[in-house]
Amino acid sequence: MSPTIFLTLAIIAVVSAMFVVFAKNPVHSVLSLIVTFFSIAGLYLLMNAQFLFVVQIIVYAGAIMVLFLFVLMLLNLSADTEPQKSNRFRVIASASAGLLSLVFSAGMVIDATMGDRNVTNIQEIGLVKHLGKVLFTDYLVPFEISSILFLAGMVGAVLLGKRTPKESKS
Amino acid sequence: MNVDTTYLIIKSLMVLTIFGITLLIATYLTYFERKVAAFLQDRLGPDRAGPFGILQPLADAGKMFFKEDFIPQNSAKSLFILGPGIAMFTALLTGSIIPWGPQITLFGETFDFQIADINVGILFIVGVVSIGVYGIMIGGWASNNKYSLFGAIRASSQMISYELAMGLSIIAIVMMSGSLSLKDIVAQQHGMNWNVFYQPLGFIIFLISALAECNRAPFDLAECESELIGGYHTEYSSMKLGFFLFAEYINMFISCAIISSLYFGGYNYPFMDMVTDPTVQGLIGTAVLFGKIFFFIFLFMWIRWTLPRFRYDQLMHLGWKMLIPLALANMLATGAVILFNQ
Repeated sequence: MSPTIFLTLAIIAVVSAMFVVFAKNPVHSVLSLIVTFFSIAGLYLLMNAQFLFVVQIIVYAGAIMVLFLFVLMLLNLSADTEPQKSNRFRVIASASAGLLSLVFSAGMVIDATMGDRNVTNIQEIGLVKHLGKVLFTDYLVPFEISSILFLAGMVGAVLLGKRTPKESKS
Repeated sequence: MNVDTTYLIIKSLMVLTIFGITLLIATYLTYFERKVAAFLQDRLGPDRAGPFGILQPLADAGKMFFKEDFIPQNSAKSLFILGPGIAMFTALLTGSIIPWGPQITLFGETFDFQIADINVGILFIVGVVSIGVYGIMIGGWASNNKYSLFGAIRASSQMISYELAMGLSIIAIVMMSGSLSLKDIVAQQHGMNWNVFYQPLGFIIFLISALAECNRAPFDLAECESELIGGYHTEYSSMKLGFFLFAEYINMFISCAIISSLYFGGYNYPFMDMVTDPTVQGLIGTAVLFGKIFFFIFLFMWIRWTLPRFRYDQLMHLGWKMLIPLALANMLATGAVILFNQ
């Protein structure tokens, strides 16, 4: 049963991800991106990563996409009001996306050559208990570094959200 | 019949039972709402359909069904239809992980009166709540009406803001009980050992956030009649409107069930160990849980008909500058006490 579910979810994910790019209306792209996130969350569930599944839904589908939708509804974008991007911008965007996929595929190749890791208790590996233990022992440094990144992001958001003195006078 | 089939049949029956009970209660909440409003305003309330007007919900439903189902010309039609569906779906989804009663043994088989005990239960609730806003947002945007759009935008920003305070107050509970499973959290509050005595501040924060998440007055900015006509459902008619209104009552019922389970011991009650028969104990437990739920529903209605609506900046101020810092302080204090007691 599991391969069928996997295939269904994978096909939904790929098709909706393509729809994100091809949809004319930005709101439709955002909605299909939500569908993509849900099918990826389903894939996490198939791998017994229940915590990751819930976090994917809360953070991506629940919070980030609501904000995306929120901004798009406020802006009410359409083809004629959308700023035309120059070709240079497009080249840079595709180059960085290509580099990112290169990094991902390199990671997958390295992962495959590493062979079987000694994973005990594979059924419960994705549960909060194990995840928390691993995060606070084996991966403490990356965990703390990413928390500093989050803090920097928060400070940046507060700084951007703050009104400049010139603006507040007018 | 092997074990799996029996299990599947029991679970399916349970799903149908809880689905039916939720719908029935939500239907009659509309009647209670009117009666409570009438009581608080010194009126009689609905009294024409049946004795004491108890057939009023049926009359309402009949009216809803026979109204013209109108879809605006320039709306995004598929999304316009999808909106109320999502609202209803997410409202009904959370009922599946609430423990409605303790384990009982019937005909030699033990089963939990809970559809699914997933080990990230409480996070699942937060997740469903966070996607619940899509129904309102999509419906409001697809209506192609300025007032609907305003309602949708208000609803979404309000939900995002109050979700944070809600999540932070839940974290304090999780730290205390050491489990994310609702079943464990409820089981730990055996007898009178309710979480509300350890987390009074958390309870108040959760209650206020729950009111805001349900879009109930005084936080019903999304459908504020004096400013936005009907808010996000201005363009809706017939049963599509009925779905939106109905989803609100289901949400209220489920949030009251969650408040009772998290803070008021769920199916636990004082001196429950004096009842020796586990089946009787379980049945009383379920009845007690429903009693608590109805008390909170009455509280929600009481608040609605007592307090005036917030202004929008007051709402944001309360959420971001008061509830979130308080919830953070509550979380820190809980952590400190747990560490000290170790």
